[in-house]
Amino acid sequence: MPQIKAEGFSFTYSGSKSPSVRDLDLAIERGEFVLLTGPSGCGKTTFCRCLNGLIPNFYPGHLEGRFEVCGMDIARAKTYELAKLVGHVFQNPENQLFSLSVEREVAFGPENLGLPREEIRERVEWAMELVGISDLRDRAPYELSGGQQQKVAIASVLAMRPEVLVLDEPTSFLDPKSAKSILETIAKLNEELGMTVILVEHRLDLASRLADRVLIMNEGRLVLDGEPRRIFGKAAHLLGVGLPKVTLLFQMLREDGLDVGIPITVEEASAILRGLLD
Amino acid sequence: MIEVEGLVFRYPNGFEALRGVDLRIGDGEFVAIMGENGAGKTTLVKHFNGLLKPTLGRVLIDGVDTRDASVAELARSVGLVFQNPDRQLFSETVREEVAFALRNFGFSEEIVSKRVERILGMLDLSEYADTSPFLLSGGERKRVALASVLVWDPKHVILDEPTIGQDHLQKERLRDFIMQINDQGKTVVIVTHDVEFVAEAKPRVVLMSKGEIVGDGRAEEVLSDRDLVDRASLIRPQISELADSLSDKGLPRGLIDAYSARSAILRLLRERHVPELP
Repeated sequence: MPQIKAEGFSFTYSGSKSPSVRDLDLAIERGEFVLLTGPSGCGKTTFCRCLNGLIPNFYPGHLEGRFEVCGMDIARAKTYELAKLVGHVFQNPENQLFSLSVEREVAFGPENLGLPREEIRERVEWAMELVGISDLRDRAPYELSGGQQQKVAIASVLAMRPEVLVLDEPTSFLDPKSAKSILETIAKLNEELGMTVILVEHRLDLASRLADRVLIMNEGRLVLDGEPRRIFGKAAHLLGVGLPKVTLLFQMLREDGLDVGIPITVEEASAILRGLLD
Repeated sequence: MIEVEGLVFRYPNGFEALRGVDLRIGDGEFVAIMGENGAGKTTLVKHFNGLLKPTLGRVLIDGVDTRDASVAELARSVGLVFQNPDRQLFSETVREEVAFALRNFGFSEEIVSKRVERILGMLDLSEYADTSPFLLSGGERKRVALASVLVWDPKHVILDEPTIGQDHLQKERLRDFIMQINDQGKTVVIVTHDVEFVAEAKPRVVLMSKGEIVGDGRAEEVLSDRDLVDRASLIRPQISELADSLSDKGLPRGLIDAYSARSAILRLLRERHVPELP
């Protein structure tokens, strides 16, 4: 049974005239790594808010069809029930950090689950270690740089050991190397722990090679769904999606009449060109 | 002209964020300040409008030492747009927000309204004029923050991470917009991690690491320098990595964007009469 399932689902925020997500039919299996992208306002964030029940519990509005997460219907599930299963990392870490030390911040979630002290300690160490912030444990989150703060936010969510990890543009505040290390960490969580990952990103150069599946939304609808290589060979750039630059390059070369495939990584692009130039 | 001489800045907790920075930015220049999280980029630009004053050394804006001027005085010529728009937005509507500074500077209501409508149009925000900034998406709020500074027409415009939360099309528009105000003679300084954005806009690049400037030159030079880029925790543009991997086949180093790579590759293929090319 799919872990996340939408059937004819639409959602219209109270006070809004048109639905922000419309006619969504989708099934995501446990353990998938899904990259969700599309232009601003396409419905990505609304989709993510459904996953942890912020819709409809926190953001009221009109719901049609069904949306199920881990077997629970979001129209009836309680936010605190979904919060245990679905961890959410927001774009701006400042919006989710509040403690006076990194360690306290990471411990907050598991403390609220009422776990034994030892287990809390173990989870906090594990989560800090995974994202590489153990040395920051005594620092106040507000003193840290944007990138470090995002790592704290991710650790605090991981400490809840969620089944689904939703990350809404988690790397936008990070320098490229930190972004890469965060994305690789996420890929590791997906591979080793089998955690389902829903990653919202505009920057696809780093993320597209890690994901099993890409969803592209536009104007509230899911318009493309499939394996990254297949999707990026299509007209994804017309939807305002920031393709990896080597992919863009080969799309342009194809327009020039050179139809030699569409790579999604530098290595692939290099091999294709080398083949032509040898 | 922005002149920074021997600038050292120490935060009250003793952390030395800037460790002797010398930098001169001429009127009308377009400069990107890049580097890892915590490199001191934001700390540096906060000196440009006097929000921070040097611990040692000095900063001159058009010949005036920032220690001898108030932030309000400096703000007339230096407009700083923060990384996090929520730090600067507070009004009930987008229109009020954007008009705030102009009213403060004592412009007549007629001029205020004319300028506000014009800047909202330029930044694609007209439809949100009567909306609360807090109901907008992160990317939209970012543009509101930009509008609220550009509206008073400062001579030097400083943008801290302007591309965060912007999708591909908005980034293209932002780039055009920056080029446009730069062509009109404004100094534009952006602080950014967005290597691909810089690779396409091609400003002068000042690379920082650990409170010092470690590189300064044309985007093509700095961003294709593997060691330098690595030292600043950046990742080279994909196209630069591609060009490097094929330099033995005659692809010139210093290519950093897909458009120049496309021409260079077509030229190479034509020279070799590659059969795949019609």
